[in-house]
Order: sequence, then structure tokens, then C-alpha cells
Amino acid sequence: MRNSSSWSAGVVVTALALATPVGRAQQPAPAPQQPSEIQLVISGEPGTPPRYAVPDFVALSPDAADIAKTLGQVLWDDLNFEREFYMIPRDTYATIPVARTAEEVPFAAWRELGADAIVFGTVQKTDANTVRVQVRLFNVRSRQAVFAKEYTGSATTTRLYAHTVSDEVHQQQRALRGVARTKLTFSSDRNREKIAGPVQNRDVKEVYIADYDGENPRRVTTNRQLNITPAWAPDARAIAYTSYRRGYPDIFIALIYQGLQETPTNGVAQNWLPVFSPDGTRICFTSNRDGNPELYVMNRDGSNVRRVTNNPAIDTTPTWSPNGTQIAFTSDRAGTPQIYVVGADGLNLRRITTNESYADRPTWSPAPFNEIAYAGRTGPGYDIKVYDLATSETRAITFGEGSNESPAFSPNGRHIAFTSTRSGRGVEVFTMGRDGKNVRQVTRDGNNYTPAWSN
Amino acid sequence: MRRATIGVMVLLVCAGACAKKKPAPVTQAAPPPAVSTTSPVPSAPPRPPERVEESIPVPAISEDAIGNRSLEDLNRDSPFKPAFFGLDNSELDDAGRAIVSANAEIMKRYSTWVVTIEGHCDERGTAEYNLALGERRAVAVKTYLVALGISPGRLRTVSYGKEFPFDMGHTESAWSQNRRAHFVITSK
Repeated sequence: MRNSSSWSAGVVVTALALATPVGRAQQPAPAPQQPSEIQLVISGEPGTPPRYAVPDFVALSPDAADIAKTLGQVLWDDLNFEREFYMIPRDTYATIPVARTAEEVPFAAWRELGADAIVFGTVQKTDANTVRVQVRLFNVRSRQAVFAKEYTGSATTTRLYAHTVSDEVHQQQRALRGVARTKLTFSSDRNREKIAGPVQNRDVKEVYIADYDGENPRRVTTNRQLNITPAWAPDARAIAYTSYRRGYPDIFIALIYQGLQETPTNGVAQNWLPVFSPDGTRICFTSNRDGNPELYVMNRDGSNVRRVTNNPAIDTTPTWSPNGTQIAFTSDRAGTPQIYVVGADGLNLRRITTNESYADRPTWSPAPFNEIAYAGRTGPGYDIKVYDLATSETRAITFGEGSNESPAFSPNGRHIAFTSTRSGRGVEVFTMGRDGKNVRQVTRDGNNYTPAWSN
Repeated sequence: MRRATIGVMVLLVCAGACAKKKPAPVTQAAPPPAVSTTSPVPSAPPRPPERVEESIPVPAISEDAIGNRSLEDLNRDSPFKPAFFGLDNSELDDAGRAIVSANAEIMKRYSTWVVTIEGHCDERGTAEYNLALGERRAVAVKTYLVALGISPGRLRTVSYGKEFPFDMGHTESAWSQNRRAHFVITSK
């Protein structure tokens, strides 16, 4: 399981018995079933997604009221994010009696609202710093709980309980790996500090992480220089990035839960734009060590450096194929920046983009999709486009709302993080579905650049 | 004493010239053109008058208004001018070469200075590719400086892509200011 961090206590999970007593006296309960006979997957009406309701959780202790409200809202947002369910808006629940216990859930009223599924959750503080959260997912028609779990852990990581429930519900109901517990990393000037040195008025940029929805932002680097282009290690516990802390670009790896750093390219020329191979053992990066920007692959510890490209033009911005055998990158060898694919051994080069005046920042989708997203110049700015490697078709998924750059796939391949100027207030990180829909603004503080999405 | 000697020499020179001039018309038998008889025919040009002046001491280079300033002050109000580039371009045009040549003259005058050439780009390129484009701009300027006789050991290059715009605006005027090679004095 991912995402147990040094600053947050892990969430302890206990399975509750599924055969929860439900039903109401005036209505005949469904025939008793053995737990093994329970139909776990909740369906909607034929041809429509199941309709889910997530009311506020019930605070079993008075000091848990705020947490209870947050849990319901965050879980609703998390379940909505994958668009597998129709989420009934929370502001339509007002007429439905509030249940204090699982036995009081008014299934008939929820059914009238059209709900196929309802989440009933409780939370209580067991001491000043600890909460216990219980969650049940009911099939409204059968009035049976198909999912029931209990969690306990720190009172400060409220949102993580909701994220965990969402991922588990997506896994159980849709066999889908949700992203509610994933994180984004990006570079930001939000601290509004200036770099000390001979030239005035240059903004400090530090590497940050945040939850996939932009909450819980935390600063990873603290050197008050230029720190950009962060990339996750596949274990989501380390971030490689480009830092100018020595006055020139070089690659650093932050072990974000240990406060340690590694310097794999220490002192050899200038190096930038590192990306971890999918198995985490190697890093591909750009370096000018042989006189102009070329791609290299090294082991994570800096050993065994091998040159991948060899061309007097610029070769940069690498991304790995999911199995680690190929690398897509940007080269201007044909006169303008275009996307190419080459074997990780430097062989079998081929050009991908043919109808772009300028293309950069390829990012290779995870399986089962076989696509490369990139930023293509359209008019004064850029739009995000997706190239399908199987069909050689390209589709645009943004359409000139601001300038859109630096796409990065979510680990399940269903979403893309990117930067956009569309808010009118600088450069911000957004997420959207791989179809370009469901656009959400993730950052709102300062300017934020070059996102990457953790496993 | 010295003035008296000079005065005597001037008199002697004048006396010699006058003495030579006088007999000339006499030796002339026929009267061809009158002009020649009336104009003097000097056998040697007269020596110019010797200048009289005192040397004025020139301040030492270490007391130079530029060379004496701190690195911070120098870079805040730099003697170097930035060279500008066209969109998506890393070649120096005539104007760019003229600026780099002028900067090279300054580097020759202050021969201990080490200079970092920063390559910068405008926001119309992408963040990632611009890191490489800025590098190519900085290297283009370094190559030209070396061709002008500046030792490569005095030159560093670094690209900042579009991370540090000079002009925060979003107009062609701002962009043209931001596509630049900026000279920073890193030691002196």
C-alpha cells in the first residue's frame, strides 16, 4: 500500500462484518442471505451508471463534527473524480431524515431520490489526536451493506480516510485503481521570495507536493534557488528534479519522507529534466556534457551513464514507455521541436509528430492506454494533444483556453495534469480526464509549473 | 634656465633661415617668373615649435570608476548590454554581434573578470524545450566571444529557459526583451 508518510500516521483498517442488521419494522426485510450470496457490485438502472449519495458522516463525539462534514464532502468529490458513478448532488439531501445509526438509514427516502447506493459513515475521536472512522456502502434496493470497514489513525489526516475509502470502493465496485491517494509534485513561486545574488528580482521556485486534488501542499526543497521539473520515483517516496542551487542546472533526488538528498550527476557538466524509469532503477535526463543537449540514461546512483541520442540538434524532455524499453523525447533536428521515439538503447528512432509547428513535453501513458500526450503550439499558446501509438491518430483535448503545457498522466492513465494560464492569474496546475473533460484547477497560490503525478 | 636655452636656440634657427634667404635673389641671373624670386625656397622644412607642457597623472586602473565597484553594484548597473535573439532562434544577428563585440572590448579592458553568459527565452516557447534553447543561445554568444579573442576560461554559460523573464509583460515588446543573452560578472 502506498502513501504512508512519515508525517502522517498510517491508517489502520479493520473490516466490519458485511451482514449488518438493516431493514425497518414496517417493511418486510429481504430474505436472509448468507454473506457469500451478497451481490457486491451495485448496479444502476440498465444503461446508466449507479447513482451514489454521500451525506455528511455522523459525529459520534461532539468534537468530531467538522471532521464528519469534511469526510462526506471529500468522499463525494473523490468518488465523482473517476466518473464511474452518478454522484447525486449533496445539496439535494436536505429533505431526507438524518440517520444517526446504520439501522436508521431511510432507504425508502433515498430510493425516492433515485439513489442506488448510499454511504453511511461515522467518526469519533477516541482521544485528542486519534479518530475512528466507520464506513458502510449500502445497496439501497437490497438494503444490504456491500462494503464495511473501520479505520483509525491521526486526527490530522482527515482527508486520507475519505481518499482511502474512495480507492477501495472503486477497486471493489469497478475493479478500478483510483487516484484519490496519489499526489502531484510541481514547481512553485508561491512563497514569493527573491533569489539572493548579483541579479535582482528573480523568483525563488521550490518543489512542492500536494494531494491529487491540490490539498495538503507541502514544500519539498528549501534552498531558495531555482528548483524545477520534478519527477516521481515509482515508489512515490522520492522526487528527482533540476536545481540551480550551485549556479547551474544539475539533478538532485529528494527522499521526501527522510529529508535526505542524492546527487547522481554530481559535478559532471550540466544536467536537467530527470525522469525515473518505470521500475525506478534508472534515470533518463538531458545533459550538455558532450557539447550540446543530448539524452543519457544512468543508474539511479549515477553509475553506468550511457548516451541515448547523438545529434548536433537539441534532444531533450524524455519520457519512458511503460515497459522501460523506449523513450519519447523532443528534438529540433528537423528545424523545429518535434516528438520522437527511440529505443532506450538509442536504436530505432522514429518521428511521432508530423503536423505540429512546435511540440514538446511528451508524456507516455501507463497501460492499458498506449498514448503519448504532449503540448503543441496552436496560435499564440499551446494545447494538450494525445497521440495514439496504435492508430497514429492525434486528438486535441484542450482548445485554446489560455496556454496549456506540460501534460503528465495519472497512474491509472485516465487523467492528465497540466499547466494553464486560463484562470487569468498566472500559470496554475489543472487536471482533466484523458478526454479533456472534468477540468479542475488544482493550485491557486502563486505560479505553478511542470506537474508530475505519483503512483 | 631651460627657458633661456630654448630662447637662444629659437633665435639661432631664425637667424640661420634669414641668412640663407637673403643671398638667393642675388645669384639669380635671368629674371624668369617673379614668383620664384620673391618666394623663399627653403632647403628643409622649419622645425615645429617644441611643445611645453607638464604631464598630468592618470588615476591607476584600480581606482577606475567601473573596476572599483563591487560585483553587486557592477551587475545592478552593468557595463555589459544584453544581446537579443529572434523567436525560436539562437543565432546572433548583426545587432547582436555588435553588442557582443562591445562587451568583448570591456572584457579585454578588465582582463581578470570572469563572466557568466545566461541564455534566456520568452514565454512563447515551452518550459522544457526552452531550457535547451537558452543553453544554445548562451553557447552561441560564448563561441563568438572566443572568436573575438576572449579566453574560454573566463566564460561560463547557463540557461534559465523562460524562468527569469526580464519584462513580466505578455506583449511582443516584452518577449523581445526576454529572448536574450545576459552577461553577469561572477568574479573580478
